[in-house]
Amino acid sequence: MSDAPLLEAEGVRVEFTTRGGTVATALDGVDVAVRPGEILALVGESGSGKTTLARTLVGVQRPTSGVVRYEGEPLSYSGRAVKRLCREVQMVLQDAAGSLNPRQTVYESVAEGLRLHRLVGRDSGGRTEPELVAAALSEAGLRPPERLFLRYPHELSGGQKQRVLIAGALALRPRLLVADEPVSSLDASIRGEILALLLGLRDSLGLGIVVVTHDVGLAWNIADRIAVMYLGRVVECGTTEEVLQSPRHPYTQALLSVVPEIEELTPVVLTGEVPDPTRIPGGCRFHPRCPALADGAAAEAGVADACRTTALPVLAATGEHRVACHLATARDS
Amino acid sequence: MDHLLELRGLSVAYRTTDGLLPAVRGVDLVVDAGEVVGIAGESGCGKSTLASTVLRLQPKDAVVEGEILVGGHDVQTMEWGDLRALRWAEAAIVFQGALHSLNPVRRIETQIAEPIRVHEPGISDAAAAERVAELLEQVGLPPGRSRAYPHQLSGGQRQRVMIAMALACRPRLIVADEPTTALDVMVQAQVLDLMAGLVKDLGVGLMIISHDLSVLSDVCDRVAVMYAGRVVELGSAEQVFRSPAHPYAEALSSAFPRVGDPAARYAPAGLAGDPPDPLDLPPGCAFAPRCARATDACTEAEPPLLEVGGRRAACIRVGER
Repeated sequence: MSDAPLLEAEGVRVEFTTRGGTVATALDGVDVAVRPGEILALVGESGSGKTTLARTLVGVQRPTSGVVRYEGEPLSYSGRAVKRLCREVQMVLQDAAGSLNPRQTVYESVAEGLRLHRLVGRDSGGRTEPELVAAALSEAGLRPPERLFLRYPHELSGGQKQRVLIAGALALRPRLLVADEPVSSLDASIRGEILALLLGLRDSLGLGIVVVTHDVGLAWNIADRIAVMYLGRVVECGTTEEVLQSPRHPYTQALLSVVPEIEELTPVVLTGEVPDPTRIPGGCRFHPRCPALADGAAAEAGVADACRTTALPVLAATGEHRVACHLATARDS
Repeated sequence: MDHLLELRGLSVAYRTTDGLLPAVRGVDLVVDAGEVVGIAGESGCGKSTLASTVLRLQPKDAVVEGEILVGGHDVQTMEWGDLRALRWAEAAIVFQGALHSLNPVRRIETQIAEPIRVHEPGISDAAAAERVAELLEQVGLPPGRSRAYPHQLSGGQRQRVMIAMALACRPRLIVADEPTTALDVMVQAQVLDLMAGLVKDLGVGLMIISHDLSVLSDVCDRVAVMYAGRVVELGSAEQVFRSPAHPYAEALSSAFPRVGDPAARYAPAGLAGDPPDPLDLPPGCAFAPRCARATDACTEAEPPLLEVGGRRAACIRVGER
């Protein structure tokens, strides 16, 4: 694993103006970085901004401010550079059934990207289009690939559809995959197979992978590092072991406590839902729902006022275990 | 005493152009008052078909055999009028996908009041409104939301509306089909907490259907794991999730890793292969083609549910370990 990030976001902010003219802040300053051969999980609930961040990383969404860098170069949003990014950074969408064209065969679905990027004549091994499609399908675990060439999506199982989508991405020889909830619509038994495939691709092709998920079990299964998101910010980041085994942000702690697979923790069920991004609470954005503020732990540490009034800085993506929480910071010093 | 719900040898098959497609094959199951029973399994295992037959909601092309007794009365053979009285008032169902199950152009108070008005035709507007307010409080929705339309609510709130509707006529049995599938973990925890609380406070019986064994293990007293239309393991939620006896239950259980378990780190557990085609079931045990421990004997006859250490499992090798 090299140290220079393949893709990084710095101070990325994304705002959407609603029809009424109010401004929703989907991302409110985010730093993340993913290195070649690294799997980063963006973990959070609906409304945390994790999908917007994924879209910003692949260049589909332009940040209102801040910068996304690919191999150290800021993304440009026009011309040739975009096309290169589109090939080298591939997004795998969450709903495999809805993402495949029902009237296209598996072969056509995978070959489409090859044609768009005119990759057939430029293959170093001089392979033909069918050979390239077959290679991508086998890399995605669909073997023998030729048997699937003429199948339509409705003839495939859920797991096979997800593999075809991944094959379509792999055919373009990407360096980074961004997978949005890659297994959330799949059955339990298929889930492990697809996650094993992602791990295998990282090992065999050295791909960097960003996986967007609300499932911490998935992160434990495959991720090297985790960024926990809440209301447009990363609130805790670090290695998977650090974040999941010694979580320091009360939000991460609550999120982990309600996962059915973790029985040692007393469930802390937060009330309400992630607030509206047009009205981000002042101070710490999590304070209205924070169990540590409600039960007096924050007051005991003398930070209750800071929680309500002092905003927290954006966490830098340095790779260390970091947390955006007044209480955790007070306990450190 | 009659059980709240008793399935006796329930089989359901769908008529298709290729012949009869067996969806549920010989299920025996009991749900008592104050009890939460979970049904786990992957798509196509027959769990939703099973749920729909409890209120005789199965499609017309389904052929149902066996008995479905709700409070001792067979749902499948009762008169239409009795069935109408039973739906909502005796037993109610919470469907998956609250957004698609609610009427988008009617306020939620109207929708929650609808089953009440059907079952108590003479009820005054004031009394109906009072009951709706009471239900909203029960499911933890602010009374101010009663005039909202479904699209104005979040996914978790919509699911609460669905639960309020199910409770409207004070049923004794509630069937919930994937009640938390589309929800976030935190909202899922809220909805499950709510349902567990209702079972405790109101003493209703609850049957929850889910593909997520870990969710079921959290809220259920007992869990049945289904594969290819049959129950392959039935036991306490703790037993089935922590120490499954059937190899399929084991695969389902390990699909959701315990965070912190070094064995699951960089090692997602999967199960190769696809479930069998119901029109072309393999001989013997339907799970044998995907089972790592299958022997020749497994393909000879379909194993019955055998008693093993306080639970039942349909595998000829369960006694061996």
